[in-house]
Amino acid sequence: MHFTPITPYHYLLLSAALFSVGVIGVMVRRNIIILFMSIELMFNAVNINLVAFAALYRHEVGQAFAVFVIAVAAAEAAVGLGIILAFYRNKETLNIDEMNLMKG
Amino acid sequence: MLDAIAFYTLAALILAFAIAVITARNPVHSVVFLVINFLAVAIVYIVLGAEFLAMIQVLVYAGGIVVLYLFVVMLVNLKRGPEAHQDPRRQTGAGVGLAVAVLAELTAILAYTGRNPLPAVVPAASARGPGGNTEQLGWLLYTTYLIPFEVASMLLLVAMIGAIVLARKVD
Repeated sequence: MHFTPITPYHYLLLSAALFSVGVIGVMVRRNIIILFMSIELMFNAVNINLVAFAALYRHEVGQAFAVFVIAVAAAEAAVGLGIILAFYRNKETLNIDEMNLMKG
Repeated sequence: MLDAIAFYTLAALILAFAIAVITARNPVHSVVFLVINFLAVAIVYIVLGAEFLAMIQVLVYAGGIVVLYLFVVMLVNLKRGPEAHQDPRRQTGAGVGLAVAVLAELTAILAYTGRNPLPAVVPAASARGPGGNTEQLGWLLYTTYLIPFEVASMLLLVAMIGAIVLARKVD
């Protein structure tokens, strides 16, 4: 069996597909915790992209950026989950369709 | 040959568990699928020669963030299903259509740029100059990107304080 060699395009396509799965999760699900997990999936897609380019150009700059993305993702998860807990304490729900205090 | 098999296996694992994350009914199952997804992504980093990042992925994502998610899933004790109520104005089909449009756009861009061929991804060991991946990355982070590094540490401090303030019980 013969395979074409794995180029960075393969990794970029994987990253695009993973990002789209994350977008579908954000668009379709109503549980806000699952929404946050979909956002983490999208962060991972971006990181695969950065690391693939780092491997292509044989330089670690892409990986340095991925480290920053992970740091921001950690901060986002901590603050976001804090907001979820505070909201749950007030409204007893995690459904984003019931989060309409600002009439959005 | 071997790298192609590894790549396709990992890609199938990553996409299958990503889809499992967004389709699982029970949020706890979603979190478990997310862990497996993160571990598969960590193996992709190793294949691409980013060992330090793979380590960070396992420690921070699979070890830290996912535990945070598990805590929140267990702290909120839902009496009725979180997806019981649906806003009648919700446009689920349009959302899926938009996401598919995003994928089509990205694929079209890749197909367009893919006409000029790129070299195959070199295996991790041969891509390296002197010094390991961690040494090179640390050198970059502490010299060229010192100020972004400090800003990131400040961001983490602010996020930590913010999370404590938000999750505190107000009396």
